Amino acid sequence: MADVEMNGAQNGGRKQTPAPVAEKIAVLRWVRENFFSSIGNTILTVVIGVFIVKFLPPFIEWAFFDAVWGAQTHEACRASEGACWAVITEKHRPMLFGLYPYEEHWRLIIALIVYVGAICITLTRRFWHVKILVPLWIANLAICCLLMWGGIFGLTFVETQQWGGLPLTMVLFTGTVVFGMPIAVLLALGRRSHLPGIKAVCVTAIECMRGVPLITILFVAVNVFPLFLPQGLEFDVMVRVMAGMAIFFACYQAEVIRGGLQAIPRGQYEAAEAIGLGYWQMMVRIILPQALRVCLPGIVNHIIAAFKNTSYVLIIGLFDILSATTAVMQDPLWRLFTIEAYIFVALIYFVFCFALSKYSQNLEQWLDQGRR
Amino acid sequence: MADQPQTPKSDNSILNSIAFRGIAYQVLLGAAIALLGWYLYTNVNENLDRQNIATGWDFLEEPAGFGISESIIAFDSSQTFARIFLAGVLNTLHVAFFGIILATILGVTMGIARVSRNWLVAKLASTYVEICRNVPVVLHVIFWSSIIRLLPHPRQAIEPFDGAFISNRGLMLPFPFDHSLYPWLGLALIVGIAGAVYFTRWARITREQTGKYIATFWPSIGIALGVPLVVWLIGGAPLTWDFPALRGFNYQGGISLSPEYIALLIGITVYTAAFIAEIVRSGIESIHAGQIEAANALGLRRGFVMRYITIPQALRVIVPPTASQFLSLTKNSSLGVLIGYPDLVNIGNTSLNQTGQAVEAIAIMMLVYLTISLTISGIMNLYNKLVAIKER
Repeated sequence: MADVEMNGAQNGGRKQTPAPVAEKIAVLRWVRENFFSSIGNTILTVVIGVFIVKFLPPFIEWAFFDAVWGAQTHEACRASEGACWAVITEKHRPMLFGLYPYEEHWRLIIALIVYVGAICITLTRRFWHVKILVPLWIANLAICCLLMWGGIFGLTFVETQQWGGLPLTMVLFTGTVVFGMPIAVLLALGRRSHLPGIKAVCVTAIECMRGVPLITILFVAVNVFPLFLPQGLEFDVMVRVMAGMAIFFACYQAEVIRGGLQAIPRGQYEAAEAIGLGYWQMMVRIILPQALRVCLPGIVNHIIAAFKNTSYVLIIGLFDILSATTAVMQDPLWRLFTIEAYIFVALIYFVFCFALSKYSQNLEQWLDQGRR
Repeated sequence: MADQPQTPKSDNSILNSIAFRGIAYQVLLGAAIALLGWYLYTNVNENLDRQNIATGWDFLEEPAGFGISESIIAFDSSQTFARIFLAGVLNTLHVAFFGIILATILGVTMGIARVSRNWLVAKLASTYVEICRNVPVVLHVIFWSSIIRLLPHPRQAIEPFDGAFISNRGLMLPFPFDHSLYPWLGLALIVGIAGAVYFTRWARITREQTGKYIATFWPSIGIALGVPLVVWLIGGAPLTWDFPALRGFNYQGGISLSPEYIALLIGITVYTAAFIAEIVRSGIESIHAGQIEAANALGLRRGFVMRYITIPQALRVIVPPTASQFLSLTKNSSLGVLIGYPDLVNIGNTSLNQTGQAVEAIAIMMLVYLTISLTISGIMNLYNKLVAIKER
């Protein structure tokens, strides 16, 4: 219902919001206006109605009524016509947590809860203050790292090669955003710099990174980067991949932030200079807080993209949730039910991305309030 | 100077001059980049020497030693790496070209459907958009790939209409046998398009001079397609279909699309179309209601309002982000490496493993994508200049 109303608002009020159900005539009018307003519209309604009647019930039967739920065997799944959700009951542990030692999974569950809690607090506007957010994230990252690595307080040590599943996705995502954002700000400032040398370097970096697929950057991180280092010096492959993704993310984000910087009127710069602020003081105290606020929805959109992009590590053999699922589904007994497993993974991605994108829209409306 | 006792003494020194500092920063940055580059270069050389890996581009002239499952140009494993890279680039362009066309059609349809006044249509389109763009493209591609793997074997293939077969070996379609008239049909199509362009210009000049409105959309499509149709009919309407038929374990004849190609094409198309739909929607919604009302108040026809009021203004909002969607579709076609479609990245990856020359193989991939990206964005910038507001 809220969704319908929001759509109405987005369309500039062109669409009628449904009237109270109590008024029968109003309902009829709503139906007529939304389904049968013209001949073409009626034909569309009928065609789509037929399509829905034909395909929706079989799908619902497949997904719900004929489906095999709970802790069933793969024989039960083979015997059934419907979806095999039992595959998720059977395999959800390795799908969600990869190669992480089975008895230690509780640590990951706590880490995920802490992490999601921290994200929820971060997204609440009331807590938008450096003095709250910075300690929150330091504490959050410390707790999550402690739980995942272990090694102290009686927790067994788990090396990063064994990390996998959803926590690895979250680690890659967090690393990308945390390291990527400062680089993005620097690149955006560099691109707007008056110094031609600095500007040229930033433009080249941004355009080259944006011109190649993420896969090639991951290949560089995995295959070429070790060659760059002197003998004996090595970085963990997860760290290398994270660095590659952070730089890639930063180059896209830099363009969004540049848009925000361009939206700040010249008077703000001039006023800052007039009261004697230096370049960095002017940027940190006057310009960036306004610019980042203007382009916040765009920033959130690229953060969503960064979350989806973590799935690229499938190609280079890190076991994030998608990759772990693909590996688990090689099991010949359950191989026939790969689709169900992928739907489950898709649902996880969907919930996270959809929630963030709705949040971004909400933010946009909030930012627009003051301007109208 | 004596009037300003508080001013620190060093204020006049060259170190505090903005111009000097600017130059100094740039020199420092340049030096840092040069040093880093030199350091990395020596490290790479040392490491490659130690691991006995050859450097340079000589490997491109050597036989590749591995084959590829599909290619537009003829290829066998005795041919060179240079040729297999070319085959990969062509495969990438092939899937990206059709992906862009299909994503545009699907995206524009869904974008218009999202603002439809029909509640059912709008809801259906918005469900599609939300589901598809909130799931990673990697998942889209492997999802479709595993669906195709679950399809029946060629012997039990699904036959949606006569001569078309869907199986886990891909999609087989009937295709006309080649005929000596067909090259002429291509020529006739070009003549037809030229005629349509000329007709549109004539209609515009007539409208500007006499005020008489001549509908151009359907007539120009008719002219463009009618000329080849007439040529075909005059030529005796030659058409024999080459039907795919089951021989041994697979189908022969007709035209066949491999499962990898279909999975990649559907995956990247469906994903990108969801974004294009959002762009189209925001383009349509960006037009002020007053514009349409004013046009209606003038008594302009619906088609005219669409063609001369709505579309030109919406395009200005739609084109730049759509161009970057085309670019990202092209870059996402690199996911072929995941499911075994022999695109550039897949071939680069195999070559890298065969020769060990990681730097060269990855450099080729990056350079090719960079070239494609810069070309597409160049073309789009040109187009963007054409549709932008002409201000004096």
